[in-house]
Amino acid sequence: MKYTFYPGCVSRGGAPELYTSTMAVAEKLGLELEEIVGAACTGAGVLQEKGIKLGDTLNARTFAMAERMGHTTIVNICSTGQGVMAQANYRLLNTPGYLEEINEILKEEGLEYQGRVVIKHLAWVLVEEIGLDALRPLIVRPLTELHIAPFYGCYILRPSWALGIDENPGREQYLEQIIEACGGEPVNFPGRTKCCGFPILMINERNSVAMVGNHTLSAKDHGADAMVTPCPLCHLNLDGYQPKASSQKGTKINMPILHLPQLVGMAMGLSDRELGMHRHVVSTKDVMAKASVRA
Amino acid sequence: MQATLSVRRQDPESQQPSSWMQEYTVEVPEHYTVLDALIKVREEVDPSLAIRCSCRAAICGSCAVRVNGRARLACNTKLTNVTPEHGVVVVEPMGNQPVVKDLVVDLSVFWNKIRAVAPYLQPEGPEPEEEYIASNESMLLLTEVMGCIMCGACVSDCTALEVDSNFLGPAALAKAFRFTEDPRDGADADRLQSLNEYSGVWDCTRCMMCVEVCPKGVAPMDRIMALRERVMDAGMTNTVGYRHVAAFAESVEHAGWLDETMLAVKSWGMFNVPKLIAALPVGLRALKRGKLPMPAPFHKKRPGHENVARIFKRLEGQK
Ligand code: SF4
Ligand code: SF4
Ligand code: FES
Repeated sequence: MKYTFYPGCVSRGGAPELYTSTMAVAEKLGLELEEIVGAACTGAGVLQEKGIKLGDTLNARTFAMAERMGHTTIVNICSTGQGVMAQANYRLLNTPGYLEEINEILKEEGLEYQGRVVIKHLAWVLVEEIGLDALRPLIVRPLTELHIAPFYGCYILRPSWALGIDENPGREQYLEQIIEACGGEPVNFPGRTKCCGFPILMINERNSVAMVGNHTLSAKDHGADAMVTPCPLCHLNLDGYQPKASSQKGTKINMPILHLPQLVGMAMGLSDRELGMHRHVVSTKDVMAKASVRA
Repeated sequence: MQATLSVRRQDPESQQPSSWMQEYTVEVPEHYTVLDALIKVREEVDPSLAIRCSCRAAICGSCAVRVNGRARLACNTKLTNVTPEHGVVVVEPMGNQPVVKDLVVDLSVFWNKIRAVAPYLQPEGPEPEEEYIASNESMLLLTEVMGCIMCGACVSDCTALEVDSNFLGPAALAKAFRFTEDPRDGADADRLQSLNEYSGVWDCTRCMMCVEVCPKGVAPMDRIMALRERVMDAGMTNTVGYRHVAAFAESVEHAGWLDETMLAVKSWGMFNVPKLIAALPVGLRALKRGKLPMPAPFHKKRPGHENVARIFKRLEGQK
């Protein structure tokens, strides 16, 4: 299966293990991911503060490039990028006259967006297109010993109308479904759909780190061995700032945070090197050890 | 049909102040709302259950509760829409506000925040001889924000408020937007100045929870983002928030994508030595794990970045 692929800035910057683990898993799944060469940053909600239209134009440009490549489903591995794109697409397709206005700007580059692009996260592609039944035979190391808390964060769920949640209510449960397909046990906890705090990390570190502490500790209290997230920004905060959260809370947290493809790759029997586990701040050794119990 | 509600009960002033879950099952017609069922429980099963409601038509804003963990108006939530497979609907009081009893919370938290943004017109200049005139277009922009029914649902589920009760929160900031945008109001500069401070527009995490739960389409977060644009356009540039947006934009405009390392340095301020040193442990941990991306001038440009820059120029010019 061939898809247009948008890796996003973070998997090429601060979370390179997301990129490599995605590629390793894609190979096992027989997914061909063709990158959109020259696509710009989605704006991540930050550029949109400067002006919604600026962000929407940059994203429409990316969509037009994807259409030109021929496969109109764009696969994201960063749910922030996915959500921002989905919101842009929603406005472009539902605001009368807007698409034409933006296409005026794209014309200078010889591009035109025709409104045919569908934006999906890898999690959605796994469940909706590849199908969990096709994933199951590839699981050689079922994560039977592992209790995993899914951390959705914001952008893969909200606003629900831009993400088609009403038409596909299952999208609120895909992480649980994937965890189960990998043999693990999903853990329900209060932080599941809350904010990781990353967007205010530089503005109000105390509050941001408090969110990290709350979510990781509540996952731990509910019996999680690890958390999994579809967003590398959530990962940067929940993993990278966990030591600070530990000192803020005055207790050792020690909650490993996995990127979604790392979880799937683990169950597929990929090694911790291939999955880039050595790049994590909070060690994943115990998780890997538990995953290997039946290997 | 049978409705089973699991209700969080609490009586903070009683002998047993902590909360507990109590299950009620009642026979109800298909069309019943969560509020209808709660009222039936109170009338027929347990008169001690405390709920607050008035209009029963999504107008007064008094019946907001959490249903299955998300804030909603009990009176416009049909039971059949929120009943999960296992059949039990979980009803709890709103979050971020202290419980008075059972599903009734103390709304003074909410109102104090609204009061803090001076929620009334402050016209300037001499009074006109007749009424103050506002154009249709200017009011059209405000119709959605003015639709707020002060139910508190957004405040209940705001993730920033959860960690910092000083934050003004979604409803009050949306209200502030309503007045800064009103052409009859003359206090914009003062309003923006105070919204630019700690607890104001920059403390929102952009989690979209308020946009999702608001029953009236007020979209508080969108108003907060518009206010950020206003404070920046008003030249209030001495905040980390402003520098963050500016550095982000500069990086994308220049290279087509994000320079994360430079973003941090520029957001805190190039010369904010204490902050940069405090960030060192995190930076070093990242560096050790090969996760600290090379900042400019090593940050590579994306092919076609000049087209990105052109879009920036063109849209900046439109402002
Ligand atoms: S978007 Fe901002 S104001 Fe709205 S709920 Fe989230 S943090 Fe609160
Ligand atoms: S903004 Fe919406 S959710 Fe918040 S108080 Fe007003 S009506 Fe209720
Ligand atoms: S009872 Fe008035 S809004 Fe629900």
